[in-house]
Amino acid sequence: MSTTQLGAGPGTDAAVRLESVSKTYGHGRNALLALDQVSLDVRPGEFVCILGASGCGKSTLLSLVAGLDRPSTGQISTYDHKVAMMFQDPALFPWLTVAANVELAFRADGVAKAERRARAAEFLELVHLGGFGRKRPHELSGGMRQRVALARALAQSSSSSEGSAVLLMDEPFGALDAMTRDLLHDELERIWRERSLSVLFVTHNVREAVRLGDRVVLLSSRPGRVAEEFPVELERPRRTDSAEVATLAAKITDRLKEEVARHGR
Amino acid sequence: MAVDTQHAERIAGLDALELGGERRAGLAARLWARLWPMLTAVVLVLVAWQLVVMSGRWPEYVFAGPVETFQAMWERFGEADFYRAVATTMRRAFTGFALAVLVGLVIGAAVSRVKVLRAAFGALITGLQTMPSIAWFPFAILLFGLTESAITFVVILGAAPSIANGLITGVDYTPPLLLRAGHVLGFRRLSLYRHVILPASLPSFLAGLKQGWAFAWRSLMAGELMVIIAYQSSLGEQLAYAREVSDSPGLIGTMIVILSIGIVIDLLFEAADGMLRRRWGLDQR
Repeated sequence: MSTTQLGAGPGTDAAVRLESVSKTYGHGRNALLALDQVSLDVRPGEFVCILGASGCGKSTLLSLVAGLDRPSTGQISTYDHKVAMMFQDPALFPWLTVAANVELAFRADGVAKAERRARAAEFLELVHLGGFGRKRPHELSGGMRQRVALARALAQSSSSSEGSAVLLMDEPFGALDAMTRDLLHDELERIWRERSLSVLFVTHNVREAVRLGDRVVLLSSRPGRVAEEFPVELERPRRTDSAEVATLAAKITDRLKEEVARHGR
Repeated sequence: MAVDTQHAERIAGLDALELGGERRAGLAARLWARLWPMLTAVVLVLVAWQLVVMSGRWPEYVFAGPVETFQAMWERFGEADFYRAVATTMRRAFTGFALAVLVGLVIGAAVSRVKVLRAAFGALITGLQTMPSIAWFPFAILLFGLTESAITFVVILGAAPSIANGLITGVDYTPPLLLRAGHVLGFRRLSLYRHVILPASLPSFLAGLKQGWAFAWRSLMAGELMVIIAYQSSLGEQLAYAREVSDSPGLIGTMIVILSIGIVIDLLFEAADGMLRRRWGLDQR
């Protein structure tokens, strides 16, 4: 059961591939099936949003792809792509300055100090935080901290040798106010296009999923299964409050409610 | 392009709004705010002290008043012997504490990393912490005789468990989210320890150091009272000597010196802790 393979498999055009992935927590009678036979491809440069109610195992799914946890059965391949991850909490290290937090992304790869510094500055500039490198994380607002986390994740994915890097995002804007979230959506979309990233974005916010995704994958809850996939063929850049986004979001919400209602019966 | 500029402007505007202005009182004002409650407390203690002396419960050659005591202290401050005593005591305190830090670090690191060691020694370390260090002295004197080694031995035993425990607690309470972030950034085992776990445990380690110092200082005073080494003047030795010759002002004066040194060192630890809290944004004040 390997979690990574070198090179894209024969005939595959995927940056991330999940094949019949299941995850069970616990043993025997207390065993909890979190994910059940999930198969999913993310094409290079594709933006895929995973949507689901609580208990659908969407965070579990990201942890598995990130290698923080192992699937019980099935295979996950990220080929030779660098995998970076963002959490709902910025998860910055409070003992480091903003710049040093971003620099740390190059540390595990053994990049020389001067280069680390220069490249960290470049990524802070990319998220419009060029002037804040010397600050401490706690001196920034929540939205700014999340942008530092984005810069760090991008920095980490930048050393990818070929093809696009994979960015995993676990409800990264869930704790932010609507205004900030809106701006960060624009920001993320711009960077995703510039750097042709492959993104796997987990959220429980339907409009956010439609606003950002090329494809929205709806997971059912307990256990998490792929319930339905919705291609989003709306022109970019989209607005969260546009009629087209609202229409598709309403359709997906209805389907989501159906899934949730199954648990009430 | 115009859209991008506009976008950048909006983001910068929101950032500016969210950060707001930060103000901090001037140094003099902050110092005064810290100082006046302390000064008031000192004055109150002095008044109470004088009142007890004036009550006549004890004759003045047994319980000297503040005026007499401070006069005696002032005279002592002019004698070289006093500084030699302080120097000897501080040297013992610092070597003992430094060795305790070393021992505590090694034990703490080992116990926090290795599960078996934790199971074996975790409870023992906490147990040692609660053991009054003076209870070690008979054994230490048996081992080392009436020497400085006996004192250092007990100082280390008094301080090292607290320091080790501080590190262990810090490692245990490393936020899981930071561990995950470190893992995603590609750190494993030793590099995870170095870049995430150790820095994350710093506040707790510092608290352990502070507590360790308090234990070291107590053990040292007990040691200097019990292990009096000929021809070597120390604060504890002077305390014992003052009692033998019924020098009440000298005895109380020495106690004040011991207390003051304890307070000054504690303030240093507090300053270090305050700096750390400000840098990490843990400061709620």
